[in-house]
Amino acid sequence: MSDAAPHNPDGKPLTVDQALININQVADKGLRYYAAWWLGKMRSNQPEAVDALLLALEDATDRSPDGGYPLRRNAARALGKIGQNDTRVVPALVTCLGCDDYYVRETAAQALESLNDSAAVPALVALLDGSVEAAVQVPGKPHLVQPYNAILEALGTLADGEVVPIIEPFLGHEVPQVRNAAARAMYQITEEAQYAERLVTVLSHDQLQLRRAALMDLGAIGYLAGADAIANTLAENSMKLIALKGVLEHQLTDQAGQNQAEQQPVSLSADSRRVMTLMDGLL
Amino acid sequence: MAPVLKTFEICLQAVNDADSAQGLLDAVEDLAELNDKRAIPTLIQVLGFNNPGAAVAAVEGLIQIGVPAVSLLLDKLDGYNYGARAWAIRALAGIGDPRGQALLLNAAANDFSLSVRRAAARGLGTIRWHDIPDNEREGAMMQSQTVLFQVTKDDEWVVRYAAVVGLEALALKLTETGNIIQCLSQLSHHDDTAAVQARAQWALENLGLTGNQDSNTQS
Repeated sequence: MSDAAPHNPDGKPLTVDQALININQVADKGLRYYAAWWLGKMRSNQPEAVDALLLALEDATDRSPDGGYPLRRNAARALGKIGQNDTRVVPALVTCLGCDDYYVRETAAQALESLNDSAAVPALVALLDGSVEAAVQVPGKPHLVQPYNAILEALGTLADGEVVPIIEPFLGHEVPQVRNAAARAMYQITEEAQYAERLVTVLSHDQLQLRRAALMDLGAIGYLAGADAIANTLAENSMKLIALKGVLEHQLTDQAGQNQAEQQPVSLSADSRRVMTLMDGLL
Repeated sequence: MAPVLKTFEICLQAVNDADSAQGLLDAVEDLAELNDKRAIPTLIQVLGFNNPGAAVAAVEGLIQIGVPAVSLLLDKLDGYNYGARAWAIRALAGIGDPRGQALLLNAAANDFSLSVRRAAARGLGTIRWHDIPDNEREGAMMQSQTVLFQVTKDDEWVVRYAAVVGLEALALKLTETGNIIQCLSQLSHHDDTAAVQARAQWALENLGLTGNQDSNTQS
C-alpha cells in the first residue's frame, strides 16, 4: 500500500528537480501551484526550494476569482514544513500576516506556529487588536475578519503568560471554534485543567463537526485527563485514535524528559499503558 | 417471550421507517443492542446505506452476535459496494471467525482505506484459532504472521500500530515467537512514530520481555 509519491497533474511522478523547475516558471500557474504544495509535502528543504517558495510568497500573478492569492497560500504552508533552518522564513511569513487575503493570513499563522519561533508573537497579537468586539463576520464571506482560530492556536504554542489577558476574552466569543481555540491556547500557556475541561465538554456537543474539532484540540494539547472522554466520544474511531496518539506521545515526551533527568532507561508509565489500552479498543 | 418478540419487531420496523440519518442511527443502535440473530440480515443491509454512524452501530451489533453472522456476511460480500465491503471486513475482523481470514489477509495488506487495513491487521491476530482443525492451525497462524510483518511497514502509523497489536495477540498463542519478538524489538526502536514504538515496547513487556532488547548492558 503506497500513496506516498505525489504525481504531476499529467500523471508522471514529480522529482525534486522537476518541482524546482515548475515552481520557478510562471507560464503554467497550475504546475507552479502544485509544485509549491509538493515541495512542502515531500519536505524538500534544500535552499533552492526555500528560495523559490519565498519568491512564490510574493507572487501577484496567480489570483483567485475572489482576489485571493492561491500560490501564496501553498507557499506559506510549505514553508511551515521546511523553513526551520532559514532565518528569512519567519519574517517573510510575518509579512504575510498583513496580506489582504484572509487565507494567506490563516496559512501564515499556522506555518509560524509549526516553525515554533516566538519572534512571530507580536505580529500575531497585533491581529487581535480590538479584541472580541472587533472579531466579527466579514459581510458576504464565510469567515471572520481575522483567522482567529489559527492566531489563537499559534499563540498557544509560541507565547507565554503575557498574552493571557489578550487571549482570555476570546473564551467568550460567539463562535464555538474560536472559543475552543482560546481554551486550547489558555491551557497550553497556563496548564490549568479548567481550560482543557472546556474542550472535554465540547466532546458531547450535538454537532459532529465540533466534537471532531475538540478531539483534535485535546490531542494537540495531549490532555491526559481527557483520554476516557476522547475514547467515548461519538465520532469516527480514526479521529479518536489520532487524538489519543497525541495524548500518548505527550506522555512519552514527559516521561522521556524525567527518565533522562534521572538517567534511567525509558520505560512506559502506567498512564501510557492506560492510553494504549483505550487505543487498542478502537482499532 | 412475547415482549421480546415485540421489541425486536419494533426495532426492525424503526430501522425500516427511519427517515433521517440520526433516526436511522438511533434505530440501528437499538436493534444492535438486542443481540438477536434475527437482526443479522438487516444489520448487514445497513452497511450499504452510506451512513457511517449507523454502519458503526451495525458493525458493533454484528460483532456482538459473532459467529452466527459470518456465513451471511461472506455470502453477501460480492454484492457489496465498496463502502459496505469495508464495513463487512471490519465486522469480520471483530468476529475473528477463521472463515474470514483469507479476506482479512488481503484487506490488511491491500485495502485502499486505512481504517479497513487497521481493523484487518488487528483481526489477523485475534482469529478464533481453536475453531481451526489442529493440523491446519499452525499454517493459518503463519499466514497471519507473514502478512502482519508486511503490514508493519504500512505508510500509516495507525495501521502499523494495529499490526503490532495483532502480532502481540498472535505471539501469545504461538510457542515459537522469536521472529515476532525480533520484529517488535525493531519497531520499538526504529519506527518513525513514537506511539508505534511505545506500543511495540509494551507488546514486548506483555510477552514477558522487559526493558531494552537491543542493549544487554543492564545485567
